[in-house]
Amino acid sequence: MTALAPAPVAVPDPEAHRQVAVVSRKAPIAFAVVTALFALLLLVAPREGDATFRFATVGDLFTIPDATVPGMGTAWVTVALMAVATVVAFVLASRRRRVPVWLSLLFAFVFLVGFLAWAAAGSASDIPAVRLIGGSVLLSVPIVFGALGGVIGERAGVVNIAIEGQLLAGAFSAAFVGSATGSPWVGLFAAVLSGVLVALVLGVFAITYKVNQVIVGVVLNVLVIGVTSFLYSQVLVPNAEKFNDTERFSRIAIPVLSKIPVIGPALFNQTIVIYLMYLTVPAVWFALMRTRWGLRVRAVGEHPSAADTVGIKVERTRYRALMIAGAIAGVGGGFYTVVSVSSFGKQMTAGAGFIALAAVIFGKWDPIRAALAALLFGFASNLEGALSIVGAPVPSQFMLMLPYVVTILAVAGLVGRSRGPAAAGEPYIKE
Amino acid sequence: MSASQSAPAGDAAERTVAPTSPDSGGADGGPDHRWREAIARVTSGGWAVAVGAVILAVVAGSIMIAVTDPEVQKAAGYFFSRPGDLLSAVGDAVGGAYSALFRGAIYNYNADTFEKAIRPLTQSLTYATPLILAGLGIAIGFRSGMFNIGGQGQMLMSAAAAGWVGFSFDLPAGLHLFVAVAAGVVAGALWAGIAGVLKATTGAHEVIVTIMLNYIAFYLLSYLLATPGLLQAPGSANPKTPPMAGSAVLPRIFGPQYPLHLGFLLALVAVVLVWWLLNRSSLGFRFRMIGENQYAGRVAGVNVSRTIVGSMLVGGALVGAAGATQVLGLITNGFGSDIDAGVGFDAITVALLGSSQPVGVFFASLLFGAFKAGGSAMQAAEGIPIEIVLVVQSLIVLFIAAPPLVRAIFRLPQPDKHSSGRKKPRESKAAAAMAAPTTPTADGAAR
Repeated sequence: MTALAPAPVAVPDPEAHRQVAVVSRKAPIAFAVVTALFALLLLVAPREGDATFRFATVGDLFTIPDATVPGMGTAWVTVALMAVATVVAFVLASRRRRVPVWLSLLFAFVFLVGFLAWAAAGSASDIPAVRLIGGSVLLSVPIVFGALGGVIGERAGVVNIAIEGQLLAGAFSAAFVGSATGSPWVGLFAAVLSGVLVALVLGVFAITYKVNQVIVGVVLNVLVIGVTSFLYSQVLVPNAEKFNDTERFSRIAIPVLSKIPVIGPALFNQTIVIYLMYLTVPAVWFALMRTRWGLRVRAVGEHPSAADTVGIKVERTRYRALMIAGAIAGVGGGFYTVVSVSSFGKQMTAGAGFIALAAVIFGKWDPIRAALAALLFGFASNLEGALSIVGAPVPSQFMLMLPYVVTILAVAGLVGRSRGPAAAGEPYIKE
Repeated sequence: MSASQSAPAGDAAERTVAPTSPDSGGADGGPDHRWREAIARVTSGGWAVAVGAVILAVVAGSIMIAVTDPEVQKAAGYFFSRPGDLLSAVGDAVGGAYSALFRGAIYNYNADTFEKAIRPLTQSLTYATPLILAGLGIAIGFRSGMFNIGGQGQMLMSAAAAGWVGFSFDLPAGLHLFVAVAAGVVAGALWAGIAGVLKATTGAHEVIVTIMLNYIAFYLLSYLLATPGLLQAPGSANPKTPPMAGSAVLPRIFGPQYPLHLGFLLALVAVVLVWWLLNRSSLGFRFRMIGENQYAGRVAGVNVSRTIVGSMLVGGALVGAAGATQVLGLITNGFGSDIDAGVGFDAITVALLGSSQPVGVFFASLLFGAFKAGGSAMQAAEGIPIEIVLVVQSLIVLFIAAPPLVRAIFRLPQPDKHSSGRKKPRESKAAAAMAAPTTPTADGAAR
């Protein structure tokens, strides 16, 4: 269970400095708890042997040698470092100053190194840093796109539980159209269209007919699961080679960047969809926070009647935001069948849309933070694979549980109160 | 299919906007305005909308069946030379599907004896049993303004607890069954209670928390099932429990040839109890009060936090009972982590369709149970994937949630055109129930 605790540390508390008198002690307390639990784990379950971290891949600009460290020794060193960070955090809190973000990130990183050293101690296989990072990025792609779609929708005042449905619809259409035409580009475009289509249905019911948005979302998910599974069994399975065998995007290595050790092969030797993700995250942030369109979207989500008073068309703005959000989520769905694997499977998104929803809240409705939260979830899922390679004594189910536990902790306010757009979930009824 | 759905929606949007003001005078002018009013009342009421929603959903399902049927596709290839072939192929595909659905759900008229012919009906009632219990649990949440999406997790935890008691304890027959069901009920209540406590104390949104608890319960159960000495059957490597002890199994009501078990009677009792709780008890009154208006409830002296936790506990207990009937009644020879069988999510649709009323939930569950039984029969007989049932079910709920859309499609009159200023148009009860859970979100519990 120790493994469940680290993540609340990673996110700082931006609300804290607004409340002048009260300084949050959540961060130092969380630091202390994590440090104590990790030390307890080391005492209860000590492991013998060395741990090896591998950094190099073929073709790097320069080679970083593998690092072999004594597992328990490294783990205890990290405990000491974590204790120091905890003391610093307490001192800062007693002086009524915020715990800076970099300290939280450093704490999380040190903890991770210590945990991996403990887990891999005495294992024959080494911990491949490149795979750890690259795999996390790949696993988080649909979550990032889904979360971006969720952020835009919620900022416009429409809670989108149907992200899962948009991802699934995107995956299905990309597989079907991509296979039928033989072009992954057309498949990706179809995924975008189907994401928009699900968003349109959501909009018709939630905006025009003012049905509770959560209900529409839940029911739309069931509908999309039903339609895609039905068509999968009826159309895709009987004609698998014609309709369910896509040509995937191939990897493109970016000339110099891909040669950087560790992060080069992990981040810059990927397919076009991943590069698209690198561009989409800042683009969405810029559009929401720095453009007139974004201001209007946020106005409609925070205070629709005020927005209406100054002449913004509330429903039209919400529809447009929802369409754009659907398009972005659709790209994430397409990732499954034109990048990740080359065929569609029933319910292949497996709850990624719900994790994306959690990332939206965890990231406090901010595109960049939401994307980082999605990366964290991707990392947590990927860590499970890495730990099973080195034979860590943590049941895989608990590692898989981690993102969800973290989300509950986040939502319950251990990392600062998360407050969404004021009018999210409320249909706008003009008076 | 979705494309055909969005087209009339756009049309409907225009039509709802149009008839706002002065055209309502026509209804009062004619000599037979009483008749018109009566007809208008019937055709714009909740029942007409419900029937319309079912028709629309079934039509959409038929289109999907017809379009993907290979015979229909073949006949469509030479449509202009022999159009009759296409029609008969469509008729065969759709008629075959729905008659198989009927045979699998209600009465198998092809069977040689009455005893065999009536078996599908008991199968439908068996499938309806956990839906009734879980649907009631979710409905209690709706009535108190809590959107409990965590039916799956609560069922999994209750199945784990009830199953553990069921196969590992050694108790006399009646007592064993009672203890096993009680363990499931308590586990479901506690698991839902986590969401209630977090909502009451920190303001964490119950939708997110319950969704996350679903996944945590799933992985927790997977861990328990995969670990020898916990829930895993001894001497087996499969993630599956040993069979339940005979003393913990819910007895079959009509003998061993019919699957219907005592859980159905339990569900009937629960319907009555929940009706009494919601409509006649002070606890139920408090539930509804915070569901309608948290602030008014607080002013009236209701302890909102405690009531939130209470409603989650009661709702979770009912969902837990559903999980217990699943392992002690339906699948008694050991279960895996898919024991919830989608009931947790279906319960949400059932509660919506039943407009969060106990009796409504009961009938909605019967309908969905029949769909489930008939769907598997349809898949076996006609080769039509059972997922078509999901499509029809979700479309029914979607359409029922938007009465103006259904009225627009069927050209039914929109209600209360001329008294629009005085009160909100009275939609079907389902729609009213769906509007209810919006109120207490993060801002409500945050203060």
